[in-house]
Amino acid sequence: MGNGTGIGKVRGLGSAKHGSKHWIDQRQTALGNLLLTSWLVVSLLLLPNFEHETLAAWLMQPSVALPMMLMLVSIFAHVKLGLQVLIEDYVHDEGNKLIALTLLNLYVIGAAAFGIFTIAKHAFAGAVS
Amino acid sequence: MAQNTDRPISPHLQIYRWSPTMAASIFHRATGFVLATAGMLALLWWLYAIGQGAEAYATFQSYAISAGEKATGWQLASNWFFRLLAIAVTWSFFQHFFSGLRHLLMDMGAGYELNASRNGALMVFIASTTATGIVALLVASRFLGV
Repeated sequence: MGNGTGIGKVRGLGSAKHGSKHWIDQRQTALGNLLLTSWLVVSLLLLPNFEHETLAAWLMQPSVALPMMLMLVSIFAHVKLGLQVLIEDYVHDEGNKLIALTLLNLYVIGAAAFGIFTIAKHAFAGAVS
Repeated sequence: MAQNTDRPISPHLQIYRWSPTMAASIFHRATGFVLATAGMLALLWWLYAIGQGAEAYATFQSYAISAGEKATGWQLASNWFFRLLAIAVTWSFFQHFFSGLRHLLMDMGAGYELNASRNGALMVFIASTTATGIVALLVASRFLGV
């Protein structure tokens, strides 16, 4: 496979050699998730109750809103890397794979933006009630 | 390139004898998928409901947790659907959490010996199931009056 045309070489050689960055990013975001989800579990358990009033006041604090936003960024970056591998493993048709990977990108960016906007709006403006 | 479906394929899950290490690997992927979809959408729904005020949060609760004495059949079904989903997501969270910790340790080169990797995989399942049980008991005793 070494002496073909340019495109033949690319097809024959397989990977683009960017796998290590993907692998390392997955571990980096995993560490972020580890810290931030641990924070969330402990922070929730320390609440006296789960009434709306309590939760609204809790989520409004900068010390809660900020780590919550960071958690969404870290988790959705991790989701992107993880589900990308899932799609690459199970979706063999090139066209479907492209569509699935595009939908994945729309999902993670859209969902993260929605979550961050929701938290920011609540923290800046306060609950409507 | 389309796959030729006539070619022999390698044996898959239903052929191999299950072992703790392969189970830990497969469940890491499966729970990751559950968390990425159902888990994150539920978390976003919850955050949105908190931000929308007390009334919206009560609506969220009536579907996701409990609609109280006057629950309609639809709400009861919805409550049980989300309670079971909550248990699945909670177990998935702890399983992926502990399994991820094991992955990070193994990435540093530790725990590859046959016994160590087998015991590590078993410990992940025990830890995640125990943690889920504790959370379920806590929630049941504090919020559902069980």
